[in-house]
Amino acid sequence: MKLKVKSSWVVPLVAILAGFIVGAIIMLIFGYDPIQNYSSLFDGAFGGVYSIGETLRNMTPLILTALGFAVASKAGFFNIGGSGQYLMGWFGAIVVALKFSFLPGWLLIIVSILAGALFGGIWSAIAGVLRAYFGTSEVITTIMLNYISLYFVNFAVKDWLAGKGSDSSPNIAAKASLRGDFLENLTANSTLHWGFLIAIIICFIIWFYFNRMKSGFELRSVGINEDAARYAGMNVKKTIIMSMLISGLLAGLGGALDGLGNFQNISVSNALPQVGYDGMAVALLVNYNPIGVIFSSLLFSALQIGGMSISVYSDTPTEIVSIVTASIIFFVAIKYVIELLTKRRKKNPQKTAVKNEGAGE
Amino acid sequence: MNLSTTLMTILSTTLVYAAPLIFTSLGGTFSERSGIVNVGLEGMMVVGAFSSSIFTLSFANALGDAAPWVSFLVGGAFGCLFSVLHAVATVSFRADHIISGTVLNMLAPALCVFLTRIFYDGKGQTPEISQGLGTVTVPGLSKIPFIGKVFFTQTSMVAWAAIVVAIVCWYVLYRTGFGLRLRSVGENPAAADTLGINVYRYRYLGVLISGFLGGLGGAVMAQSITLSFSISTISGQGFMALAAMIFGKWNPLGAMGAAVFFGLAQSLPIIGAYIPGLSGINSVWFQVAPYLITIIVLVLFLGKSVGPAADGENYIKSK
Repeated sequence: MKLKVKSSWVVPLVAILAGFIVGAIIMLIFGYDPIQNYSSLFDGAFGGVYSIGETLRNMTPLILTALGFAVASKAGFFNIGGSGQYLMGWFGAIVVALKFSFLPGWLLIIVSILAGALFGGIWSAIAGVLRAYFGTSEVITTIMLNYISLYFVNFAVKDWLAGKGSDSSPNIAAKASLRGDFLENLTANSTLHWGFLIAIIICFIIWFYFNRMKSGFELRSVGINEDAARYAGMNVKKTIIMSMLISGLLAGLGGALDGLGNFQNISVSNALPQVGYDGMAVALLVNYNPIGVIFSSLLFSALQIGGMSISVYSDTPTEIVSIVTASIIFFVAIKYVIELLTKRRKKNPQKTAVKNEGAGE
Repeated sequence: MNLSTTLMTILSTTLVYAAPLIFTSLGGTFSERSGIVNVGLEGMMVVGAFSSSIFTLSFANALGDAAPWVSFLVGGAFGCLFSVLHAVATVSFRADHIISGTVLNMLAPALCVFLTRIFYDGKGQTPEISQGLGTVTVPGLSKIPFIGKVFFTQTSMVAWAAIVVAIVCWYVLYRTGFGLRLRSVGENPAAADTLGINVYRYRYLGVLISGFLGGLGGAVMAQSITLSFSISTISGQGFMALAAMIFGKWNPLGAMGAAVFFGLAQSLPIIGAYIPGLSGINSVWFQVAPYLITIIVLVLFLGKSVGPAADGENYIKSK
């Protein structure tokens, strides 16, 4: 048992180390200084209360899009629609915050957050319903829904929310904002907002859902073997829709919190928000573990926020950071090799190690 | 505008937008038919677009008129090289195919923009390509009344090439021994192995062919639509190609048909303004329509799309 807990940490840790080494090698090849760049990266992410505030703020949407992707994946679905669901959530929250601004502050915030989550949830539940009743591939529908949401939101922002000739909506009222004096004073006026706390709480709720609730168990069963789950008397259709609904609720919540806390308005965008795709990587690093998502989103967020200061202090292209993150996920993907190497060192006869590995898979 | 000019415009824009999707979705077909899920098509396209842009910009003068076509193939070659990563990870190192594909999608834009900044003094975008794979009017054939105007005037040669490649791919997959073996590895690798087929070799080939075609798709994108390389050159076309492949039920001709349909749909916002009666409609409907129609068509007519049986499963040979 003790060994098992430990080994679930080995792969991500080795992968992170290896990813940074790859990044360092690439920097050396092109004549940049890896030590200087990594230290300015670290400073940029954790070098002061302001940086820490920014890093934590940037974690918020990553956590939620990652959890959204994790829930769908646990049920055996590939939800590429995180970006669209996040966008719909952002849009829904801002619309409600702007149009119902007569409500008292606390109620306005709750209603706006719920509206955002619901927008995202409905958006991906469409894919769930089509999958459950028509067998339509959720891969296609979520991709298509991504683009529909992009054009729809752009249209609605430009023609409805924004004033003439403007590309963004007005800012929401201060009472609808998730930012607060306490957090701003604490972090030297960073953009950290209360949404961060909500995101962390949701991680524990999802962990509880997966591990302690009947519905969560059914969801995982459908993911492992749909036919067996049906044979065991589970309502597979309901579970499919449920999993996609929750997945979208989470991504939509991410958009809502980011909108109310970080952006304070919504603008026309040229492309789908990258955070939807980044969330996939965050979830993959920790093998869809909801508690692990907190740590992996911290890493990703730190790399993104810290990465910005790389180009401030040197002429190294900031893209090196994305190369590092991609390499980390690559090493996670080939965890078979990492496990093989770490196990070989423990056991002397090499052949048994290989055999055990095969049986364990 | 008369009928033939309208049709010519529709067909020409459709083909221009369809060509990258056709190549890339064909690539996806090869990989997935061999049993390796390929969500990394987007990344392969990025590498193809990047390498072909760099190549054209560096060697356009030396190669003259052949430059666009040579750099088109260079895009394919680098796409193929890049896909080795996916092949090694999934086939040899038993990686989850979706994770590995996601890595390609993350790595390609990062690496390519990184290199672009190094090659072009910190700029994230290459200079414009002077001669791309634009539209041409076929001499002789374009003189045929009506048909010549619609099909052979200002048409995209590379798109016609894509259609021919699709037919060749269908022939290879369904009418040759190689294709039969490749498909068998994706349906039932254990059975294929028993019959002496080298599962690993065919899966490697499937992924590498897919990388080559994905690279070609990206190259076409850069050479005929964006005419430069930047982070926004490939923005979702790989995922559209993935959708086209599933839409076409993992069949090269089906994938081609779906890609042409997407091309038509993508050209709608551009050509909508020229079609009488449609010009009054808000352009958001043209933008949303293709994606909405895809979902409706999928639900109403195609139903469940069933991929190759062993798609996404790692084959672990037992001794």
